[in-house]
Amino acid sequence: MKTLIQSIRLTIVLTVLLCIIYPVVISFAGKFSKGKGNGETITLNGKIVGYANEGQKFDKPQYFWSRPSAVGYNAAGSAGSNKGPSNPDYLKEVNSRIDTLLKYHPYLKRSDIPADMVTASGSGLDPDISPAGAQIQVKRVAQFRKLDEQKVAVLVKEHTEKPLFGPEKVNVLKLNVALDELK
Amino acid sequence: MNPELSGILVSFAITLLIGIPLGKYLAKMFAGEKVWTDFMKPIENGIYKLSGISPNQPMDWKQFLKAMMVINSLWLVYGFFVLMYQDKLPLNPDGNPGMTPDLAFNTIISFVANCNLQHYSGETGATYLIQHFIFMFLQFTSAATGIACAVAVFKALRDKTTADVGNFWVYFVKSITRLLLPLSVVVALILTFNGTPASYAGKDKFISLQGDTVNVSRGPAAQFIAIKHLGTNGGGWFGANSAHPLENPNYVTNITEVVAQMIVPMAMILAFGYFIRRKKLGWVIFGVMAVGMFMLMIPTISSELGGNPAIAKMGVSQATGAMEGKEVRIGPMATAYWSTLTTIVSTGSVNGMHDSTMPLTGLWQLLGMMINSFFGGCGVGILNYLIYLIIAVFISGLMVGRTPEFMGHKVEAREVKIAALITLLSPFLILAGTAISSYVFNNYGSANWAVKPSSWLNNPGYHGFSEMLYENTSANANNGSGFEGLGDNNIFWNVITGLEILIGRFLPIIGPVAIAGLLAKKKFVPESAGTLKIDTVTFGIMTFAVIMVLNALSYFPALALGPIAEYFSMLK
Repeated sequence: MKTLIQSIRLTIVLTVLLCIIYPVVISFAGKFSKGKGNGETITLNGKIVGYANEGQKFDKPQYFWSRPSAVGYNAAGSAGSNKGPSNPDYLKEVNSRIDTLLKYHPYLKRSDIPADMVTASGSGLDPDISPAGAQIQVKRVAQFRKLDEQKVAVLVKEHTEKPLFGPEKVNVLKLNVALDELK
Repeated sequence: MNPELSGILVSFAITLLIGIPLGKYLAKMFAGEKVWTDFMKPIENGIYKLSGISPNQPMDWKQFLKAMMVINSLWLVYGFFVLMYQDKLPLNPDGNPGMTPDLAFNTIISFVANCNLQHYSGETGATYLIQHFIFMFLQFTSAATGIACAVAVFKALRDKTTADVGNFWVYFVKSITRLLLPLSVVVALILTFNGTPASYAGKDKFISLQGDTVNVSRGPAAQFIAIKHLGTNGGGWFGANSAHPLENPNYVTNITEVVAQMIVPMAMILAFGYFIRRKKLGWVIFGVMAVGMFMLMIPTISSELGGNPAIAKMGVSQATGAMEGKEVRIGPMATAYWSTLTTIVSTGSVNGMHDSTMPLTGLWQLLGMMINSFFGGCGVGILNYLIYLIIAVFISGLMVGRTPEFMGHKVEAREVKIAALITLLSPFLILAGTAISSYVFNNYGSANWAVKPSSWLNNPGYHGFSEMLYENTSANANNGSGFEGLGDNNIFWNVITGLEILIGRFLPIIGPVAIAGLLAKKKFVPESAGTLKIDTVTFGIMTFAVIMVLNALSYFPALALGPIAEYFSMLK
């Protein structure tokens, strides 16, 4: 009984320390970070058009597309496809994604397509694509927007991030915002 | 050098740079020697006073375990009811509903036991109050429980003959104030300044460039993610865990999180050596564990970089490796590196979906959890290893025909019986659990549960079997990761894994503490020429062999039916 009362009292004391003081202090410190602790947003013409770190659905021809997503880029949830590597239905789906890409990019060979453009990400909210994934879309985007292909290619190059550690990547939202700002 | 390879090498180097000194610090701090964090003493004394605890009271191993069990049971009961009625409590800006009783049962056990298997999704299944007051609270306290029990074993093995294993409350509180809380502050700050949300704001809504209306889940996540890794808990704030771009926004946070989950388990091994004044033994154990880790890690990385052979046949380029279930900013190499560490140290957080990894990767992930003592969880890793050590001492003793001795005490029937039972417990829970799951799947496909057994599996064939094997293994190992395609939020999985987690957590803690307590009470036998030297490389290899043989014998048939069969079926 004595141990139980000690346990209850210790639980209350630690709750104050760990669940109130600690998170509130961090939350306060977060106010001084880039997104004020709410997540960093991106604006175009004064309007919030998305979160820098969260991918969004891009499948219209005037934009660079993002990766396939198991949750359709619904950021109120998150999930991967959880399809196993040998699942026949899954492999069919990948094949049909390749066909779709080839249909909209008739100038491509299969071997030009990087795997990230035909596979779903872990979160379903991947904000990035590989540089190769962006490069293969340059011609389509330029043709649709009637822009100089070279100009779009330069834009992709500018938006290719090469961190000291970790893979190279292109943030799709930032690239598309820059694209809309071109005019 | 390839920036992905240098990325994981840097991660590992930072882990060693922090883990090794941390081990020395922990040994000194728990032994009560002077350390630089002594400025926390007034706060600790305040905590003891407010809780009515006398920190100087010695405890024998039974009193120690009683205190541990009472406070853990309290959290189980209190948390269960709070989870069920979370919708009626404050701090619920997204209007999430209460949990069903079976889900609350599973979830509370899972967090009390440091497992963090999640059959709910953070965005829609838990309010901010629950995330902080129950989950984050338990992420601190479950890690501290494991560490406290390990320190009791350290003390029992250090002292020549004693009944006193130390005061549970003191080890427990100091684990929080001197280790977990300060490190959490550092990690949480790194995360929030790299883009992880830390404010209490609820969901946001905006209109995307293409004109879609998008809702965005947020919340005070950085605080939670810090301790989720430091305490080897692993439960995600968001459903996608550390694959989520707010939970793990860039490569810097990825390194931070993967380092955070390794340092305490690594430090505890070295702390053991320093604490019992057998530095060399600490390093031998460390070496065995590191070898085991690399044996799992190198083939994992190679199988992920190789890409999916079935997709290779379609002719697309897999220059970066297998990408299904992975994030571009993290890449397959860092995902593979993480997947090995998270399965050996029982964190169970993921930065890519394990269900979509290659068959052999799944094999190494499963094996890491089955062995569960290559570094292992906070505190419990060394406790699991201790069981293997006792078995190795016993077998070595039999081979040379001497009464086995361990740390100056005779190892007799009682201790070996406990060790043997704990060793048999894991295969029993994992294999029986998987057998029952498969039986229900095959024979009661249309049972009227929240998810019908016939639609449990997200993948057919061998991989579907692996999903069930993985779930049972993860529960028993208190790991918490999953082949998440499994439809697990229903009464069957909630109850069976809940029980597996509970038994798989507390018996492997009680066993080693009891063994150490029993040994410590025995007469001290000074070392002689005939004593088996356990701090040698030879004995390290012996222990490694014991681990391998026990696990291979226990699990090979099950593994052959799952990942190994899938691997060979894809070679065609």
